[in-house]
Amino acid sequence: MTATFATAHVEHLAAVLKAVSGFVLTPDKHYLIEPRLAPVARRYGMASVEQVLGKLRTQPDEELIWSVAEAMSVNETTFFRDKAPFDLLRDEVAPALAGRRAGGRLKVWCAGVSTGQEAYSIAMLGAAAGLDLEILGTDFSQRCLEKAVAGVYTQFEVQRGLPIRQLVEHFDKQDEMWRANARLRQSVHWRKQNLMGDFRGLGPFDIVFCRNVLPYFDADTRRTVLEKIAAVTAPDGFLFLGVTETAMDSDAFRPAPGRRGLYARDPEFRLAA
Amino acid sequence: MAERAGGPRPSPLVWSLRLSMKTCLIVDDSRIIRKVARRILEELDFEVAEAADGSEALTYCRSEMPDAILLDWVMPVMDGVTFLRQLRGETGGRSPKVIFCTAETEPRRIREALAAGADEYMMKPFDGDILESKLAETGLV
Repeated sequence: MTATFATAHVEHLAAVLKAVSGFVLTPDKHYLIEPRLAPVARRYGMASVEQVLGKLRTQPDEELIWSVAEAMSVNETTFFRDKAPFDLLRDEVAPALAGRRAGGRLKVWCAGVSTGQEAYSIAMLGAAAGLDLEILGTDFSQRCLEKAVAGVYTQFEVQRGLPIRQLVEHFDKQDEMWRANARLRQSVHWRKQNLMGDFRGLGPFDIVFCRNVLPYFDADTRRTVLEKIAAVTAPDGFLFLGVTETAMDSDAFRPAPGRRGLYARDPEFRLAA
Repeated sequence: MAERAGGPRPSPLVWSLRLSMKTCLIVDDSRIIRKVARRILEELDFEVAEAADGSEALTYCRSEMPDAILLDWVMPVMDGVTFLRQLRGETGGRSPKVIFCTAETEPRRIREALAAGADEYMMKPFDGDILESKLAETGLV
């Protein structure tokens, strides 16, 4: 059974989330409120989620707002999620761009990287393929970033999408957990960055991954974020979106023909057929 | 005794469909693990056979090489690594994709299994997503 809350509380929560993280709290996601915010209630010593929502509305402080926004965000990710985009990066996108860069070094941004698996996947791929990648992983959630920086994952997490040879090559076993080894951890930089915020100081990037993030935003927010990403992407750079997403909300990126999830900054740019 | 996927003799149509199905031999001394793995593999359209130790598995493979083998490590009679080393020396024994499925989680042990010829390695406990992910790594799904 789904707990129900005062309508005014839920409407206020929705407004806060949209403003802070861009997350659109549609009715089909109301069921998330109780399980996601129960730990926040416990942390703040409150008796119920209703109380959290009440305080958020009547006497919010910055810390509570962030805790709530973090708790309501979707963090689900896996190593090499969907696999195909990573093959595309290694086989086509990175080689094409590296040839146009002095020294072949490419700057990659994983936007909305959650707990870091995507950035580490790209780092492992780069190491295996001999690519020179400078990788930045960002997320708005401090808690997710802390996990990403630590590089510590459960046995379940390292078994989803990560080939066993890469696990033993790049991770050390620590008790029941697996930790990215120092070399892998050093190959990614991390930074707290809200996609709702200012991108000053970021980029320019050759390749941006922003997968499975935009669907949680409304159309206006999607367009704004796509345009801000475009502004920090090299004119011949590329954007990877989730396999079910499109960049149609904006003209900033054009789909790369025949490459699902890949978008080019330059509408004239073509990968070799 | 290695047993084939049970049931009555299939009709010619069912039989021709089965010929195109991939086969997976589950080698584990735990009946429960075999049952859990069988259910997941059948959902992924594998035809499943079972063996309770490495020696039974070797007998099965000598009569018919499966496409995939899900292999426990610690078993009575013949353990998984011993079976794998022997399998890889048999005629046609290099063709099955072998995925370890074991409670052994030490990197040293994982490397040992890979050196013995394993294609992938799954640590227990596992679920359907993990097994499917490992099968995908070996190109079987």
